[in-house]
Amino acid sequence: MKKKLILTFLVVFSLILSACSSDTSSTGEKGDGKEKLDIFSWWTGAGEEDGLKALIALFEEKYPDIPIENAAVAGGAGTNAKAVLTSRMQGNDPPATFQVHGGSELNDSWVAADKMENLNDLYKEEDWNDKFPKELIDLVSKDGKIYSVPVNIHRSNVLWYNKKVFDENGLKAPTTFSEFFEVADALKAKGITPLALGDKEPWTATHLFETILLGVLGPVDYGKVWTGDIALDDAKVVEAAETFKKMLTYVNEDHSSRNWQDASQLVGNGEAAMNVMGDWAKGYFVNDLKLAVNEDFGYIATPETDGDFIVITDTFGLPKGLKNADDVKKFLGVLGSVEGQDVFNPLKGSIPARIDSDLSKYDQYGKDTIEEFKTANLAPSLAHGSAAPEGFVTKVNQAVNIFVTQGDVDQFIGSLKSAGSELK
Amino acid sequence: MELVKQNNPQKVVRATKRKKKLSTDHMMALAFLLPSFILIVIFVYGFIGWTGYVSLSNWNSLVPDFSFVGLKNYLYLFGDFRFQADLRNTLFFTILFIGLVIIFGLTLAILLDQKIKGESVFRNLFFFPMALSFVVTGVVWQWLLNPSTGVNLFLKTFGIQPKWYTDTTILAGFKWGQIEFGLPVAMIAVGIAAVWQMTGFSLAMYIAGLRGIPDETREAARMDGATELQIYWKVILPQLRPITVSVIIIMAHISLKIFDLIYSMTGPGANFVTDVPGVYMFETTFRGNYYANGAAIAIIMLLSVAIFMVPYLIRSRKGEA
Repeated sequence: MKKKLILTFLVVFSLILSACSSDTSSTGEKGDGKEKLDIFSWWTGAGEEDGLKALIALFEEKYPDIPIENAAVAGGAGTNAKAVLTSRMQGNDPPATFQVHGGSELNDSWVAADKMENLNDLYKEEDWNDKFPKELIDLVSKDGKIYSVPVNIHRSNVLWYNKKVFDENGLKAPTTFSEFFEVADALKAKGITPLALGDKEPWTATHLFETILLGVLGPVDYGKVWTGDIALDDAKVVEAAETFKKMLTYVNEDHSSRNWQDASQLVGNGEAAMNVMGDWAKGYFVNDLKLAVNEDFGYIATPETDGDFIVITDTFGLPKGLKNADDVKKFLGVLGSVEGQDVFNPLKGSIPARIDSDLSKYDQYGKDTIEEFKTANLAPSLAHGSAAPEGFVTKVNQAVNIFVTQGDVDQFIGSLKSAGSELK
Repeated sequence: MELVKQNNPQKVVRATKRKKKLSTDHMMALAFLLPSFILIVIFVYGFIGWTGYVSLSNWNSLVPDFSFVGLKNYLYLFGDFRFQADLRNTLFFTILFIGLVIIFGLTLAILLDQKIKGESVFRNLFFFPMALSFVVTGVVWQWLLNPSTGVNLFLKTFGIQPKWYTDTTILAGFKWGQIEFGLPVAMIAVGIAAVWQMTGFSLAMYIAGLRGIPDETREAARMDGATELQIYWKVILPQLRPITVSVIIIMAHISLKIFDLIYSMTGPGANFVTDVPGVYMFETTFRGNYYANGAAIAIIMLLSVAIFMVPYLIRSRKGEA
């Protein structure tokens, strides 16, 4: 009896031990000793997942002997994935490469924490320095050193509107704030929700606010807010908050139970007329709601931001401390190539970060946006982590969440100002 | 649940009887317990200590900074709008949740105890929601209580349109600190979902309790001329008190630590009307990279659960001795 017990004990214990050891050996290594490239992203939505898969397929075609794995983590705007990534980076178990927005999200976090490799050599090798816009390379550089490869460009300041609703009511898409409010009043009188919002996840409200901020301040002053050269209680910022407050009186009542897709849907089916969202909404309109561009829905820059472009760029870098850094560089090489960008972006619904891509692969919205991107003033996005550190963005999201309900401009500006201590 | 077992007097007796002839058995027991003991000491208590240490540090960015700042993180939290709202929400959610779970669980248990037909069918029916995870419950009730779809389509025919979890009203509110203190209406919607899920548990506890009361007691009461109502009020309910204490303890630790239900159902909510410390801790730590603030929230949550658990543990130890 006792012997049996001891035996079971030993068996259980050795099982635990073997489970532990097999765990450590299974991370990343395959039979032939090659480490797996785990590509970390939050691309799990309809178009974006297809784009990523196409990109991975292209890589496998070029380098069949390097094992590669899609390690995407689901969750709106990458909030869940970022939490997982942080744990992995803190625990010195970085993925081979990971999705990160260019700007502060890259520079003030991973680069500042000295976790990223400099990619200047790769840029030189691949001859990329004049293939990406200079302002974009600046967004992924710190002190002249480049740290990641941009794969796509999304535009944040887009106003989407239901064409049918606008045509039926004889309205024109608004280009200024006063036009916006005229249109909104006309729609409200007809019983149509003028502006759709879905702020169950508060970043969508922050997203709306950043487009207003750009409209009121213009691209130069907008940039200065994030560098601390314009105070967060500046009269212009207060004016933007007032405009934001007024706009919020035109939104659907159930906004806090909806996410951005639900809000876009309101515009798609004509219950609401307009919606401010990044141009990933186009993919949702076209692929999920089966609507036609310029027929069912139209788009225009958000009020008073014509010629400005709030840029959100997904980039991939090379974490420090990897054994297979050369393989990762090969992947980044594919990612930054014309071929790679043109296989990914049409599916994702974004435009390429390179300036020499094949226009014929893109739809009308894509072509228009590529043209605009060439000449527009670029501005970093706050809601998506390019303009300011995550800590600041989190606090702004909280302040916005309170402001949407309470509408207290003084309190809002006060919260922004105290959050401003996070800015450098 | 384990705690309830420890109370069992028979075991205690058996253990003392065996004490003398134990040496090898003792060694065996020790060998079996040691691995889990070591793991718990390191991974539970060790990391509680670590969290406490981090909560007193200045680590509020991606780069660890362990310089000692005293209670700064705690002071920040107690002055913070969001955290004050969290405390308010947790308080009202806990009262609402525990109260309703006890009332519904007890009522259903008494009804099922009337020796009705198909009792097991009903018992399972009420118990099944327990089999779901809070995430599933959250998603389902998010749809059911969505103000523009769900039950409101039905309620529309009666001309009422509650806003459920999107309602930002604070009932009987007055200004307290930064927030409006009172019952957040949105929390009622969350409470409904939580009660729906957990009532089956208290029902099962109470049925077991009722079954444990011998029929003789009731009959004796009947012989003495007590009415059915009196029997329940004066004889049965007092005997169910230990069950109620267990239900309160178990529900309290669920409600004070609640995260998954709220995260999947409502998120922090407009004006943080459905936010709780668990959600705040997750967001501030893993999105804002405020590690020390997050650790402080975790410690406060631990202490709030301890307020319920420690008296209970002390009491059950006294009962053992």
